[in-house]
Amino acid sequence: MSAGIAAVFYDVPFLPDCRAHVSAEPASASEQADQQRRAWMAAAQAGDRQAYERVLADSVALIRGVARRRGVPVDAQDDVVQETLITVHRARHTYDPSRSYDAWLAAIASRRAIDTLRSHGRRSSREVHDDYALDRHPDRDDASVESERAQRAQRLQAAIAELPPRQREAVRQLGLKEQSLAEAAADTGRNAGALKVNLHRALKALRERLHGEP
Amino acid sequence: MSVEPRPQDLITALGARLTPVRRLPPPWLRALGWLVVVAIIAVLLLRHYGAAAMLQRWAAAPDMAWSTIGAAITAICAAWAACVLAVPGRARAWAWLPVPPALLWIGASGWGCLRSWLAPVTGAVAGPPAVDCLTFIIGLSIPLSALLIWLLRRACPLRPVLTAILAGLASAAASAGLLAIFHPIDAAATDLLSHALAVGIVIAANAVMGGRLLSPR
Repeated sequence: MSAGIAAVFYDVPFLPDCRAHVSAEPASASEQADQQRRAWMAAAQAGDRQAYERVLADSVALIRGVARRRGVPVDAQDDVVQETLITVHRARHTYDPSRSYDAWLAAIASRRAIDTLRSHGRRSSREVHDDYALDRHPDRDDASVESERAQRAQRLQAAIAELPPRQREAVRQLGLKEQSLAEAAADTGRNAGALKVNLHRALKALRERLHGEP
Repeated sequence: MSVEPRPQDLITALGARLTPVRRLPPPWLRALGWLVVVAIIAVLLLRHYGAAAMLQRWAAAPDMAWSTIGAAITAICAAWAACVLAVPGRARAWAWLPVPPALLWIGASGWGCLRSWLAPVTGAVAGPPAVDCLTFIIGLSIPLSALLIWLLRRACPLRPVLTAILAGLASAAASAGLLAIFHPIDAAATDLLSHALAVGIVIAANAVMGGRLLSPR
Protein backbone atom coordinates (compact mmCIF):
# COMPACT_ATOMS: atom_id res chain seq x y z
CA MET A 1 0.00 0.00 0.00
CA SER A 2 1.43 3.41 -0.85
CA ALA A 3 1.74 6.12 1.78
CA GLY A 4 -0.87 8.16 -0.12
CA ILE A 5 -3.46 5.41 0.03
CA ALA A 6 -2.54 4.61 3.62
CA ALA A 7 -3.15 8.24 4.57
CA VAL A 8 -6.81 7.79 3.67
CA PHE A 9 -7.21 5.08 6.31
CA TYR A 10 -5.12 6.55 9.14
CA ASP A 11 -5.78 9.74 11.05
CA VAL A 12 -2.27 10.98 11.73
CA PRO A 13 -2.09 14.65 10.71
CA PHE A 14 0.73 15.43 13.14
CA LEU A 15 2.67 12.21 13.04
CA PRO A 16 3.34 11.32 9.41
CA ASP A 17 5.93 8.65 10.23
CA CYS A 18 3.33 6.53 12.02
CA ARG A 19 1.86 5.07 8.89
CA ALA A 20 5.22 4.16 7.40
CA HIS A 21 4.84 0.58 8.60
CA VAL A 22 2.55 -0.12 5.70
CA SER A 23 5.12 0.94 3.10
CA ALA A 24 7.79 -1.28 1.59
CA GLU A 25 10.62 1.09 2.53
CA PRO A 26 13.27 0.02 5.05
CA ALA A 27 12.28 0.54 8.66
CA SER A 28 13.52 3.83 10.13
CA ALA A 29 14.32 4.47 13.81
CA SER A 30 10.83 5.87 14.38
CA GLU A 31 9.25 2.79 12.79
CA GLN A 32 11.34 0.53 14.99
CA ALA A 33 10.31 2.55 18.03
CA ASP A 34 6.68 2.24 16.95
CA GLN A 35 7.13 -1.53 16.58
CA GLN A 36 8.50 -1.67 20.11
CA ARG A 37 5.62 0.38 21.50
CA ARG A 38 3.15 -1.86 19.65
CA ALA A 39 4.63 -4.91 21.35
CA TRP A 40 4.56 -3.20 24.76
CA MET A 41 0.95 -2.13 24.34
CA ALA A 42 -0.08 -5.61 23.23
CA ALA A 43 1.59 -6.98 26.38
CA ALA A 44 -0.11 -4.29 28.46
CA GLN A 45 -3.51 -5.39 27.12
CA ALA A 46 -2.70 -8.81 28.54
CA GLY A 47 -1.92 -7.23 31.92
CA ASP A 48 1.88 -6.76 31.78
CA ARG A 49 2.42 -3.77 34.11
CA GLN A 50 6.10 -3.28 33.25
CA ALA A 51 5.36 -3.10 29.51
CA TYR A 52 2.47 -0.74 30.21
CA GLU A 53 4.56 1.69 32.23
CA ARG A 54 7.25 1.59 29.55
CA VAL A 55 4.86 2.37 26.72
CA LEU A 56 3.21 5.18 28.71
CA ALA A 57 6.60 6.68 29.61
CA ASP A 58 7.61 6.43 25.95
CA SER A 59 4.36 8.13 24.94
CA VAL A 60 4.95 11.33 26.92
CA ALA A 61 7.33 12.88 24.37
CA LEU A 62 5.00 11.96 21.50
CA ILE A 63 2.03 13.54 23.28
CA ARG A 64 4.00 16.72 23.99
CA GLY A 65 4.96 16.84 20.29
CA VAL A 66 1.32 16.60 19.21
CA ALA A 67 0.29 19.24 21.79
CA ARG A 68 3.04 21.58 20.61
CA ARG A 69 2.04 21.20 16.97
CA ARG A 70 -1.60 21.82 17.92
CA GLY A 71 -0.50 25.14 19.44
CA VAL A 72 -1.03 24.25 23.10
CA PRO A 73 0.98 26.66 25.33
CA VAL A 74 3.92 25.12 27.20
CA ASP A 75 2.26 25.57 30.61
CA ALA A 76 -0.80 23.62 29.45
CA GLN A 77 1.06 20.74 27.80
CA ASP A 78 1.15 18.78 31.08
CA ASP A 79 -2.68 18.85 31.07
CA VAL A 80 -2.67 17.32 27.59
CA VAL A 81 -0.17 14.66 28.68
CA GLN A 82 -2.27 13.70 31.69
CA GLU A 83 -5.62 13.72 29.92
CA THR A 84 -4.15 11.65 27.09
CA LEU A 85 -2.59 9.10 29.44
CA ILE A 86 -5.91 8.72 31.28
CA THR A 87 -7.76 8.28 27.97
CA VAL A 88 -5.17 5.73 26.84
CA HIS A 89 -5.82 3.83 30.07
CA ARG A 90 -9.58 3.83 29.52
CA ALA A 91 -9.40 3.06 25.78
CA ARG A 92 -6.53 0.57 25.81
CA HIS A 93 -8.89 -2.23 24.71
CA THR A 94 -9.50 -0.36 21.41
CA TYR A 95 -5.85 -0.60 20.34
CA ASP A 96 -5.22 -3.11 17.56
CA PRO A 97 -1.58 -4.34 17.71
CA SER A 98 -1.56 -4.96 13.95
CA ARG A 99 -1.71 -1.19 13.49
CA SER A 100 0.55 1.71 14.42
CA TYR A 101 0.56 2.55 18.13
CA ASP A 102 1.82 6.05 17.38
CA ALA A 103 -1.12 6.78 15.05
CA TRP A 104 -3.58 5.56 17.69
CA LEU A 105 -1.88 7.64 20.39
CA ALA A 106 -1.57 10.73 18.18
CA ALA A 107 -5.31 10.70 17.46
CA ILE A 108 -6.12 10.63 21.18
CA ALA A 109 -3.49 13.27 22.00
CA SER A 110 -4.72 15.51 19.21
CA ARG A 111 -8.30 15.35 20.53
CA ARG A 112 -7.19 16.03 24.09
CA ALA A 113 -5.06 18.96 22.89
CA ILE A 114 -8.15 20.49 21.25
CA ASP A 115 -10.15 19.92 24.46
CA THR A 116 -7.40 21.59 26.50
CA LEU A 117 -7.25 24.59 24.16
CA ARG A 118 -11.04 25.01 24.43
CA SER A 119 -11.00 24.66 28.20
CA HIS A 120 -8.17 27.20 28.57
CA GLY A 121 -10.02 29.59 26.28
CA ARG A 122 -13.13 29.38 28.47
CA ARG A 123 -11.15 29.64 31.72
CA SER A 124 -9.17 32.72 30.65
CA SER A 125 -12.40 34.52 29.76
CA ARG A 126 -13.73 33.90 33.31
CA GLU A 127 -10.60 34.54 35.38
CA VAL A 128 -10.21 37.74 37.43
CA HIS A 129 -7.31 39.97 36.55
CA ASP A 130 -4.33 39.46 38.90
CA ASP A 131 -4.14 43.10 40.08
CA TYR A 132 -7.80 43.14 41.01
CA ALA A 133 -7.46 39.83 42.88
CA LEU A 134 -4.47 41.16 44.88
CA ASP A 135 -6.34 44.34 45.87
CA ARG A 136 -9.26 42.29 47.19
CA HIS A 137 -7.12 39.78 49.07
CA PRO A 138 -7.32 40.27 52.90
CA ASP A 139 -4.28 40.83 55.06
CA ARG A 140 -2.98 37.50 56.36
CA ASP A 141 -2.12 38.85 59.84
CA ASP A 142 -5.45 40.47 60.58
CA ALA A 143 -6.97 38.71 63.71
CA SER A 144 -10.57 39.60 62.91
CA VAL A 145 -10.08 38.27 59.45
CA GLU A 146 -8.72 35.06 60.97
CA SER A 147 -11.80 34.61 63.15
CA GLU A 148 -14.11 35.38 60.29
CA ARG A 149 -12.20 32.91 58.17
CA ALA A 150 -12.78 30.16 60.75
CA GLN A 151 -16.53 30.85 60.73
CA ARG A 152 -16.58 30.88 56.98
CA ALA A 153 -14.75 27.55 56.93
CA GLN A 154 -17.41 26.02 59.20
CA ARG A 155 -20.21 27.32 57.02
CA LEU A 156 -18.37 26.04 53.96
CA GLN A 157 -17.93 22.56 55.48
CA ALA A 158 -21.65 22.40 56.26
CA ALA A 159 -22.54 23.53 52.75
CA ILE A 160 -20.18 20.97 51.20
CA ALA A 161 -21.77 18.19 53.28
CA GLU A 162 -25.13 19.01 51.73
CA LEU A 163 -23.94 18.81 48.15
CA PRO A 164 -24.99 15.87 45.93
CA PRO A 165 -22.50 12.95 46.26
CA ARG A 166 -20.65 13.47 42.95
CA GLN A 167 -20.28 17.22 43.49
CA ARG A 168 -19.11 16.60 47.05
CA GLU A 169 -16.61 14.08 45.76
CA ALA A 170 -15.25 16.59 43.20
CA VAL A 171 -14.87 19.31 45.85
CA ARG A 172 -13.17 16.94 48.32
CA GLN A 173 -10.75 15.50 45.76
CA LEU A 174 -9.89 18.70 43.91
CA GLY A 175 -10.48 21.37 46.53
CA LEU A 176 -9.89 19.90 49.97
CA LYS A 177 -7.39 17.15 49.21
CA GLU A 178 -5.78 19.47 46.65
CA GLN A 179 -5.41 16.70 44.11
CA SER A 180 -4.82 17.43 40.48
CA LEU A 181 -7.51 16.48 37.96
CA ALA A 182 -5.40 13.53 36.86
CA GLU A 183 -4.95 12.21 40.41
CA ALA A 184 -8.62 12.69 41.22
CA ALA A 185 -9.66 10.98 37.98
CA ALA A 186 -7.34 8.05 38.71
CA ASP A 187 -8.58 7.78 42.33
CA THR A 188 -12.30 8.05 41.62
CA GLY A 189 -12.35 6.30 38.25
CA ARG A 190 -14.26 9.25 36.83
CA ASN A 191 -13.48 11.21 33.70
CA ALA A 192 -11.53 14.43 34.25
CA GLY A 193 -14.19 16.30 32.27
CA ALA A 194 -16.94 14.96 34.53
CA LEU A 195 -14.95 15.98 37.59
CA LYS A 196 -14.54 19.49 36.18
CA VAL A 197 -18.28 19.73 35.48
CA ASN A 198 -19.15 18.49 38.98
CA LEU A 199 -16.67 20.90 40.55
CA HIS A 200 -18.11 23.76 38.51
CA ARG A 201 -21.67 22.86 39.59
CA ALA A 202 -20.58 22.44 43.19
CA LEU A 203 -18.89 25.86 43.24
CA LYS A 204 -22.00 27.43 41.73
CA ALA A 205 -24.19 25.77 44.38
CA LEU A 206 -21.83 26.85 47.16
CA ARG A 207 -21.79 30.44 45.88
CA GLU A 208 -25.57 30.46 45.86
CA ARG A 209 -25.76 29.03 49.36
CA LEU A 210 -23.07 31.17 50.98
CA HIS A 211 -23.50 34.45 49.17
CA GLY A 212 -26.93 34.17 47.60
CA GLU A 213 -25.33 34.65 44.19
CA PRO A 214 -26.91 32.88 41.24
CA MET B 1 -5.73 23.00 43.39
CA SER B 2 -2.27 21.56 43.78
CA VAL B 3 0.63 21.65 41.37
CA GLU B 4 0.14 18.96 38.68
CA PRO B 5 2.09 15.76 39.41
CA ARG B 6 4.91 14.61 37.18
CA PRO B 7 3.75 12.29 34.37
CA GLN B 8 5.80 9.51 35.97
CA ASP B 9 3.61 9.63 39.10
CA LEU B 10 0.50 9.26 36.99
CA ILE B 11 2.09 6.46 34.95
CA THR B 12 2.88 4.58 38.16
CA ALA B 13 -0.68 5.13 39.41
CA LEU B 14 -2.16 3.90 36.11
CA GLY B 15 0.24 0.93 36.10
CA ALA B 16 -0.99 -0.03 39.56
CA ARG B 17 -4.57 -0.06 38.24
CA LEU B 18 -3.77 -2.11 35.14
CA THR B 19 -5.97 -5.13 34.49
CA PRO B 20 -6.02 -7.37 31.40
CA VAL B 21 -8.56 -6.24 28.81
CA ARG B 22 -10.50 -8.06 26.10
CA ARG B 23 -9.49 -6.47 22.81
CA LEU B 24 -12.26 -4.75 20.85
CA PRO B 25 -13.37 -6.89 17.87
CA PRO B 26 -12.54 -5.38 14.45
CA PRO B 27 -15.00 -2.76 13.12
CA TRP B 28 -16.32 -5.02 10.34
CA LEU B 29 -17.22 -7.68 12.88
CA ARG B 30 -19.05 -5.23 15.15
CA ALA B 31 -20.90 -3.80 12.13
CA LEU B 32 -21.76 -7.35 11.07
CA GLY B 33 -23.29 -8.01 14.49
CA TRP B 34 -25.64 -5.08 14.02
CA LEU B 35 -26.42 -6.08 10.40
CA VAL B 36 -27.36 -9.58 11.55
CA VAL B 37 -30.11 -8.03 13.70
CA VAL B 38 -31.32 -6.05 10.67
CA ALA B 39 -31.24 -9.23 8.58
CA ILE B 40 -33.32 -11.09 11.19
CA ILE B 41 -35.96 -8.32 11.04
CA ALA B 42 -35.91 -8.56 7.23
CA VAL B 43 -36.47 -12.33 7.37
CA LEU B 44 -39.36 -11.89 9.79
CA LEU B 45 -40.98 -9.27 7.55
CA LEU B 46 -40.48 -11.43 4.45
CA ARG B 47 -42.04 -14.43 6.21
CA HIS B 48 -45.02 -12.31 7.17
CA TYR B 49 -45.58 -10.39 3.92
CA GLY B 50 -43.87 -12.69 1.40
CA ALA B 51 -41.45 -11.63 -1.33
CA ALA B 52 -43.76 -12.03 -4.32
CA ALA B 53 -45.51 -8.67 -4.04
CA MET B 54 -42.20 -6.86 -3.57
CA LEU B 55 -40.64 -8.60 -6.60
CA GLN B 56 -43.71 -7.77 -8.67
CA ARG B 57 -43.41 -4.10 -7.73
CA TRP B 58 -39.72 -4.15 -8.57
CA ALA B 59 -40.39 -5.74 -11.97
CA ALA B 60 -42.94 -3.02 -12.73
CA ALA B 61 -40.70 -0.20 -11.45
CA PRO B 62 -36.98 -1.14 -11.40
CA ASP B 63 -36.06 2.23 -9.89
CA MET B 64 -37.79 1.09 -6.68
CA ALA B 65 -35.50 -1.94 -6.62
CA TRP B 66 -32.46 0.29 -7.10
CA SER B 67 -33.69 2.57 -4.34
CA THR B 68 -34.00 -0.39 -1.95
CA ILE B 69 -30.57 -1.75 -2.95
CA GLY B 70 -29.11 1.75 -2.41
CA ALA B 71 -30.71 1.98 1.04
CA ALA B 72 -29.39 -1.47 2.00
CA ILE B 73 -25.82 -0.69 0.87
CA THR B 74 -26.02 2.70 2.60
CA ALA B 75 -26.97 0.94 5.85
CA ILE B 76 -24.04 -1.50 5.52
CA CYS B 77 -21.49 1.21 4.64
CA ALA B 78 -22.72 3.69 7.28
CA ALA B 79 -22.66 1.05 10.04
CA TRP B 80 -19.17 -0.05 9.01
CA ALA B 81 -17.90 3.56 8.81
CA ALA B 82 -19.40 4.34 12.24
CA CYS B 83 -17.64 1.33 13.77
CA VAL B 84 -14.34 2.31 12.12
CA LEU B 85 -14.57 5.97 13.21
CA ALA B 86 -15.30 4.91 16.79
CA VAL B 87 -11.73 3.61 17.05
CA PRO B 88 -8.98 6.22 17.62
CA GLY B 89 -6.56 6.79 14.78
CA ARG B 90 -8.86 6.12 11.83
CA ALA B 91 -9.21 8.81 9.17
CA ARG B 92 -12.24 11.05 8.93
CA ALA B 93 -12.39 10.06 5.22
CA TRP B 94 -14.22 6.88 6.29
CA ALA B 95 -17.28 9.07 6.78
CA TRP B 96 -17.54 9.37 2.99
CA LEU B 97 -18.01 5.61 2.55
CA PRO B 98 -21.84 5.64 2.63
CA VAL B 99 -22.12 8.65 0.31
CA PRO B 100 -22.08 6.81 -3.09
CA PRO B 101 -24.78 4.27 -2.09
CA ALA B 102 -26.77 7.10 -0.48
CA LEU B 103 -26.65 8.92 -3.83
CA LEU B 104 -27.96 5.76 -5.52
CA TRP B 105 -30.74 5.53 -2.91
CA ILE B 106 -31.72 9.20 -3.24
CA GLY B 107 -31.26 9.25 -7.03
CA ALA B 108 -33.40 6.13 -7.62
CA SER B 109 -36.09 7.43 -5.25
CA GLY B 110 -36.09 10.78 -7.03
CA TRP B 111 -36.22 9.09 -10.41
CA GLY B 112 -39.16 6.98 -9.24
CA CYS B 113 -40.92 10.13 -8.12
CA LEU B 114 -40.32 11.76 -11.50
CA ARG B 115 -41.48 8.63 -13.35
CA SER B 116 -44.67 8.36 -11.32
CA TRP B 117 -45.36 11.99 -12.16
CA LEU B 118 -44.72 11.52 -15.92
CA ALA B 119 -46.17 7.99 -16.29
CA PRO B 120 -48.18 7.06 -13.20
CA VAL B 121 -49.17 3.53 -14.34
CA THR B 122 -46.60 1.09 -12.89
CA GLY B 123 -48.72 -1.71 -11.51
CA ALA B 124 -48.17 -0.55 -7.96
CA VAL B 125 -51.24 -0.30 -5.79
CA ALA B 126 -52.20 2.34 -3.30
CA GLY B 127 -50.73 1.57 0.08
CA PRO B 128 -50.60 3.04 3.54
CA PRO B 129 -50.53 6.80 3.87
CA ALA B 130 -47.16 8.55 3.89
CA VAL B 131 -47.44 9.22 7.61
CA ASP B 132 -47.27 5.44 8.23
CA CYS B 133 -43.94 5.30 6.37
CA LEU B 134 -42.67 8.10 8.59
CA THR B 135 -43.82 6.28 11.73
CA PHE B 136 -42.29 3.00 10.57
CA ILE B 137 -38.90 4.50 9.68
CA ILE B 138 -38.65 6.51 12.90
CA GLY B 139 -40.13 3.73 15.04
CA LEU B 140 -37.73 1.07 13.78
CA SER B 141 -34.77 3.45 13.73
CA ILE B 142 -35.05 4.04 17.49
CA PRO B 143 -34.11 0.47 18.56
CA LEU B 144 -31.63 0.09 15.68
CA SER B 145 -29.91 3.36 16.64
CA ALA B 146 -29.90 2.41 20.32
CA LEU B 147 -28.26 -0.93 19.50
CA LEU B 148 -25.62 0.64 17.28
CA ILE B 149 -24.85 3.43 19.77
CA TRP B 150 -24.50 0.79 22.49
CA LEU B 151 -22.03 -1.11 20.29
CA LEU B 152 -20.12 2.09 19.52
CA ARG B 153 -19.86 3.07 23.18
CA ARG B 154 -17.64 0.03 23.74
CA ALA B 155 -15.05 1.78 21.56
CA CYS B 156 -13.69 5.29 22.10
CA PRO B 157 -15.22 7.67 19.52
CA LEU B 158 -13.08 10.79 19.34
CA ARG B 159 -15.60 12.35 16.94
CA PRO B 160 -18.83 11.49 18.75
CA VAL B 161 -21.20 13.62 16.67
CA LEU B 162 -19.89 12.43 13.30
CA THR B 163 -20.02 8.83 14.52
CA ALA B 164 -23.57 9.31 15.79
CA ILE B 165 -24.65 10.85 12.47
CA LEU B 166 -23.36 7.76 10.66
CA ALA B 167 -25.20 5.56 13.16
CA GLY B 168 -28.38 7.52 12.44
CA LEU B 169 -27.87 7.21 8.67
CA ALA B 170 -27.32 3.44 9.02
CA SER B 171 -30.48 3.02 11.11
CA ALA B 172 -32.64 5.19 8.86
CA ALA B 173 -31.37 3.52 5.67
CA ALA B 174 -31.94 0.06 7.14
CA SER B 175 -35.48 1.03 8.18
CA ALA B 176 -36.23 2.50 4.74
CA GLY B 177 -34.88 -0.66 3.09
CA LEU B 178 -37.03 -2.88 5.33
CA LEU B 179 -40.07 -0.72 4.58
CA ALA B 180 -39.79 -1.70 0.90
CA ILE B 181 -40.67 -5.30 1.81
CA PHE B 182 -44.28 -4.45 2.54
CA HIS B 183 -44.65 -0.92 1.21
CA PRO B 184 -46.89 -1.14 -1.88
CA ILE B 185 -47.19 2.57 -2.58
CA ASP B 186 -45.54 4.05 -5.67
CA ALA B 187 -42.82 6.67 -5.41
CA ALA B 188 -45.12 9.68 -5.14
CA ALA B 189 -43.72 13.06 -4.13
CA THR B 190 -45.47 12.98 -0.74
CA ASP B 191 -44.09 9.50 -0.13
CA LEU B 192 -40.58 10.58 -1.01
CA LEU B 193 -40.88 13.67 1.18
CA SER B 194 -42.09 11.62 4.15
CA HIS B 195 -39.11 9.25 3.71
CA ALA B 196 -36.68 12.18 3.50
CA LEU B 197 -38.26 13.79 6.57
CA ALA B 198 -38.06 10.55 8.56
CA VAL B 199 -34.41 10.01 7.60
CA GLY B 200 -33.61 13.63 8.47
CA ILE B 201 -35.30 13.35 11.88
CA VAL B 202 -33.47 10.11 12.69
CA ILE B 203 -30.06 11.55 11.71
CA ALA B 204 -30.67 14.80 13.62
CA ALA B 205 -31.85 12.93 16.74
CA ASN B 206 -28.78 10.72 16.61
CA ALA B 207 -26.48 13.72 16.16
CA VAL B 208 -27.92 15.37 19.28
CA MET B 209 -28.58 12.43 21.60
CA GLY B 210 -26.12 9.89 20.22
CA GLY B 211 -23.38 12.52 20.14
CA ARG B 212 -23.85 13.05 23.89
CA LEU B 213 -23.97 9.34 24.62
CA LEU B 214 -20.78 8.75 22.66
CA SER B 215 -18.88 11.67 24.21
CA PRO B 216 -15.96 10.66 26.43
CA ARG B 217 -17.15 9.63 29.90
